[in-house]
Amino acid sequence: MSALNTGRTAVPTQTGVGAAVRTRLRGRRRDTGAIWRGLFFASAIFLVISIAAILVMVGRQAAALFTQVRPLAFLFGRVWAPEHGLYGALPFLVGSLAATGLALLIGVPLGLAGAIYLAKLATPRAQRVMRPAIELLAGIPSVVYGWVGLTALVPFIRRHSGHVTGFGLLAAGVVLAVMVLPTFISLAEDALRAVPQDIEHGSLALGTTRWQTIAHVLIPAAWPGIAAAGILSMARAIGETMAVQMVLGNSPVIPAGLIVPASTLTSEIVLEMGSTPQGSPANNALFAMGLLLLLISLGLIIAVRATRKEATAGVRQAH
Amino acid sequence: MTAEAMSPLKIVPMVPKVVSPAPEAPEMATLAGQAETDREVEPAVRVRGLTVAYGSTPGIKSIDLDLPERSVTALIGPSGCGKSTFLRALNRMNELFQGVATAGEVLVRWDGQFQNIYAPGVDLVELRKRVGMVFQRPNPFPKSIFENVVYGPRHHGVSNRALLAEAAEEALHQAALWDEVKDKLNAPAAALSGGQQQRLCIARALAVRPDVILMDEPTASLDPISTGKIEDLLGKLSKDYTIVIVTHNLQQAARVSHKTAFFLNGELIEAAPTLQMMTNPRDRRTENYVTGRFG
Ligand SMILES: Nc1ncnc2c1ncn2[C@@H]1O[C@H](COP(=O)(O)OP(=O)(O)OP(=O)(O)O)[C@@H](O)[C@H]1O
Ligand SMILES: [Mg+2]
Repeated sequence: MSALNTGRTAVPTQTGVGAAVRTRLRGRRRDTGAIWRGLFFASAIFLVISIAAILVMVGRQAAALFTQVRPLAFLFGRVWAPEHGLYGALPFLVGSLAATGLALLIGVPLGLAGAIYLAKLATPRAQRVMRPAIELLAGIPSVVYGWVGLTALVPFIRRHSGHVTGFGLLAAGVVLAVMVLPTFISLAEDALRAVPQDIEHGSLALGTTRWQTIAHVLIPAAWPGIAAAGILSMARAIGETMAVQMVLGNSPVIPAGLIVPASTLTSEIVLEMGSTPQGSPANNALFAMGLLLLLISLGLIIAVRATRKEATAGVRQAH
Repeated sequence: MTAEAMSPLKIVPMVPKVVSPAPEAPEMATLAGQAETDREVEPAVRVRGLTVAYGSTPGIKSIDLDLPERSVTALIGPSGCGKSTFLRALNRMNELFQGVATAGEVLVRWDGQFQNIYAPGVDLVELRKRVGMVFQRPNPFPKSIFENVVYGPRHHGVSNRALLAEAAEEALHQAALWDEVKDKLNAPAAALSGGQQQRLCIARALAVRPDVILMDEPTASLDPISTGKIEDLLGKLSKDYTIVIVTHNLQQAARVSHKTAFFLNGELIEAAPTLQMMTNPRDRRTENYVTGRFG
């Protein structure tokens, strides 16, 4: 779980290091303090430079594409055929959004049920089993998810749907749903646990059942946090590459159904980056897709921050 | 309903209401007179041998206490003596905490006869509809003012909008909040002041039409004006409801209650009409507490 809550674990780690250093070098506090401050400052600067470098590099290559192809023809072009000079990224954008949407459609109800169970219903014993299991789920490399999807899920879909391959958005959505579950569950569980006990007891004291209290007080009160969990899961799903690529079939067309080969922004980048010459329009188009992904992630991060702000504002009002 | 019109700080103890028609008692009843009227008041709740323990921590030990109907009973005593534990035992809210064990009987008048709420098979939802609760800190739900008030009725099966609106208006009037919120029923409850929020929580409890209302230090987080409003309210509500209030404020107990029970270290030391408790308690420890010698 610690891997998921980076925002929360980062702080104790820093103070932990700081405290240890302080006790070890008590005598020369000022000098060593300056050294450590410098180190932390340097790593912060390094971080900012790396991010800026990525943005500049991706942005420059993408801009190079837009000298040859109109941005709208890229964004809304339905045909991806570099050999004919057509660089439409719409099939990939649609694939990415559809796979992500499907993953949330499957994952969010399951995850919410799991979070409610863990936060409010599970006995301590059940929690001791479930928590590590969920952490394990978060730690499985995505290639393993993809592999299981490829060898179990895709044939299963093929057998039961009558489609030729079984590749497609359905398989990708299911695999992604399982992959986002740990993120979603642990964040949603935190949100549910953060609801003041007074509110929950207030509802029960009015003669409502546990289920009524969960549905009508607990979930509404935790809603900003649950929404943030959903958005972060979305960010995780849209950026996932390997597992999706293995079960999607990778056909650069706008998918006409859930069980036909499709492609996403990420899997297309992975597939073609080795085979397109540096500086060619096709290569630049891949960078433009990367930029698109970056912008989507940025939008999602802004959305999460907005829900966080709403959540803290709500808490402050309530007190 | 203008609570402001009344002095929020009147110190005169209230006179217990009598069930049988009795001559209007004078404002300052004599001790004997109070004791006598108290006997005539039928209890709404009888507590017998009530013991609550939190794991190995004792909460309250073998409490016997009658709560007179349609009057205010105050629970006083130093911090940690078990007042909240006793209160939560009356609507079985203690069970929401891990490792709580309860023994003894709480007999609540229920459809005309006393029923032990700890008997097997008692429906907690029905119990809590009869025995409502107001918490120490205002705890409105993150919903509109209106939705807060109708929360109980709505989830007890009332869905008719007009009926709900009627219930909301009545409860808000009873809680002396109507005039302040009637134009903004759809505003979020969190936008109200602390005192208004607490009266909203009282309205929310009243909307369920309980027989008994439990209040755990309901004015502990409020300013004197809001406190005065809620104390005035208690006087009016005690005409229709059996009220139990925990308070650390002896003046408040004297102002609002008819009967006072003094707890110490999980035991009930003494319970008697409030005036007697304040002026002439039987037990030395009660006397020490009410005269401020400890606690
Ligand atoms: N949820 C709980 N879990 C464990 N022990 C508890 C719990 N609630 C109360 N206790 C213990 O039971 C005893 C009585 O506590 P209680 O809260 O009833 O006292 P109180 O008279 O209401 O005190 P205060 O005036 O401070 O509110 C205390 O020793 C307390 O530590
Ligand atoms: Mg208490």
